[in-house]
Amino acid sequence: MEPFRTLTALAAPLDRANVDTDQIIPKQFLKRIERTGYGEFLFFDWRRTATGEQDATFELNMPRYKGAQILIAGKNFACGSSREHAAWALSDFGFRVVIAPTFADIFFSNAGKNGIVLARLSEEQVAELLTNAKTIPNYQLTVSLVEQTVTDGKGFKASFEIDPFRKFCLTEGLDDIGLTLRHAAALDRFEAKHDEACWLKAKN
Amino acid sequence: MSSEAKTLFEKVWERHVVVEPVGEPTVLYIDLQLLHEVTSPQAFEGLRLAGRKVRRPDRCIATVDHNVPTTKAGRLNIVDQIAAKQIATLNKNCADFGIELYGVDSPDQGVVHIIGPELGLTKPGMTIVCGDSHTSTHGAFGALAFGIGTSEVEHVLATQTLPQSKPKTFRITVEGELSRGVTAKDIILAIIGQIGTDGATGCVVEYAGSAIRSLSMEGRMTVCNMSIEAGARAGLIAPDAKTFAYLKGRRFSPQGAAWDEAVAEWSKLPTDSGAKFDRELVIDASTLVPFVSWGTSPGMVAPITAAVPDPANAPTEQERKGLERALEYMNLKAGTPLEEVLIDRVFIGSCTNGRIEDMRAAARIAAGYKVSTHVSAMVVPGSQAVKVQAEAEGLDRIFREAGFDWREPGCSMCLAMNPDILLPGERCASTSNRNFEGRQGRAGRTHLVSPEMAAAAAIAGHFVDIRDWKVNELATKEVKG
Repeated sequence: MEPFRTLTALAAPLDRANVDTDQIIPKQFLKRIERTGYGEFLFFDWRRTATGEQDATFELNMPRYKGAQILIAGKNFACGSSREHAAWALSDFGFRVVIAPTFADIFFSNAGKNGIVLARLSEEQVAELLTNAKTIPNYQLTVSLVEQTVTDGKGFKASFEIDPFRKFCLTEGLDDIGLTLRHAAALDRFEAKHDEACWLKAKN
Repeated sequence: MSSEAKTLFEKVWERHVVVEPVGEPTVLYIDLQLLHEVTSPQAFEGLRLAGRKVRRPDRCIATVDHNVPTTKAGRLNIVDQIAAKQIATLNKNCADFGIELYGVDSPDQGVVHIIGPELGLTKPGMTIVCGDSHTSTHGAFGALAFGIGTSEVEHVLATQTLPQSKPKTFRITVEGELSRGVTAKDIILAIIGQIGTDGATGCVVEYAGSAIRSLSMEGRMTVCNMSIEAGARAGLIAPDAKTFAYLKGRRFSPQGAAWDEAVAEWSKLPTDSGAKFDRELVIDASTLVPFVSWGTSPGMVAPITAAVPDPANAPTEQERKGLERALEYMNLKAGTPLEEVLIDRVFIGSCTNGRIEDMRAAARIAAGYKVSTHVSAMVVPGSQAVKVQAEAEGLDRIFREAGFDWREPGCSMCLAMNPDILLPGERCASTSNRNFEGRQGRAGRTHLVSPEMAAAAAIAGHFVDIRDWKVNELATKEVKG
């Protein structure tokens, strides 16, 4: 996982609440067995018209947002299914940060495992950023995970909360399994005792 | 009030804490991981790349459900080569890592959340995970069960644990008697409509109250299943005599002396009186009616007696735009009575409503009637076991005679990853769990309802208030006899 400390990049607006993972990556692309290559399918149905052409009115198709690495969205972002493909698609497309008032739980976890920083700001702050990204050409934001801030160099400054351990893992780019295996001895002891409980056995 | 009083969630959580490192998430032991073809291939690949093994193959089972065709011919020769490869990959991964697989030709194959309870794998007090958000279904047994992403699937395969931050607790008490025609599905749709699709984010919901206790295990599973649609991490219902009766004698249930020990332990799990929840909500069951979703989010629901809402009444600009967009997508006009909405397709099945009781409920409505000439309707049993049982009861004959298509088990048109898919513009009454844009096919329009409401809509050709339905008792009896 690529470590994340601070990033200054173009921000793209997605002014919708409850964006679900079925929109982020539709089901027909979940049949692949790879972890990479999902970027071209990101928001597949929203990026195309009924006849299959690029929909020029969809934000991420607009030339002005090409190369954006920061996505600004409405509340309850990435609700719905557990598909990690949603995080893979966002990451593969080039997004390193999503800013929204709230995120769905499973996506919150999936994003962290893929080095995507999720910054929770208030509804008012997100509304301001959405407006700025829509109206100011080449609107750049700086997201500092170290400082836990989002700034635009034009006077906007907001702080976001993040669990210290999650922050540590993101800034160091750490693999979770390795972290858990630090507790291998405790796990062995726990498991030996736990296995005695017939009522918690998977298969009796 | 005792400080020792604990919730069901706290009891299950505490029993599974391996270690609580300072400043880090708790390492939680996982008793059972369920696997399927769609969210597991990259996890097994990750194990291979890191040279890791599956720590406890005996605490894993796998089946194929999301991709599989639901026709016999389609299953023998899966035309979609990418889907076929994904299924073949699961077969190989299970063989390589020693995991029991209920494959496409197994008599135990089915939707992962239906076969877990059927086989007695799901038990009270356990921690259960699966790379699928509807893992919350298993909470109906008093198990802490939640959906995870593929990186977490790999983590559990490698360590049989997950680092987890402790969620908040939220008790939703549904008290009182349900009116006739009001089902478990209507309870959960009503809850989501009331608290919103992010109403329980960060929480484990415990469903309590007399209306919940009165539900069968199947109904309880329907309620817990859609916890995720309210944003919840998991749903839970306290185990009781009904839970134990359901589990007794199932293949992986404890037997003999172990059974008695298990029941004694499971009986200690219900929330202690005086235990505190972070949040509470009480709903009067007698106020609930049959619900229909009208929009593109499971929170967009209304009583069948209502009309399509007017976006002009939305409290905020963003919500108004959201409602307008939903109505445009659904091709509905504000003020149209829901009973006047015509449908093209009906889907009865899924991990929400694909169990034997759902089949019976839909068959009872369909018996002696014919599916409307402009409707195409399919019934997809949730598992091979449900299919066999339904056929033994003659339910397949009721459906077939009424003009429903009787299918092989799988997730089918709940998410339309297999060939069962809506055409653009088609409108479907569906017993599944999500009405997102394109969920059942690009530009398809989904309305979430109970199995009874779906069957009645298939026959009428539009939504109807199930409370007004005339059941052909004779036609139902004939088959049962």
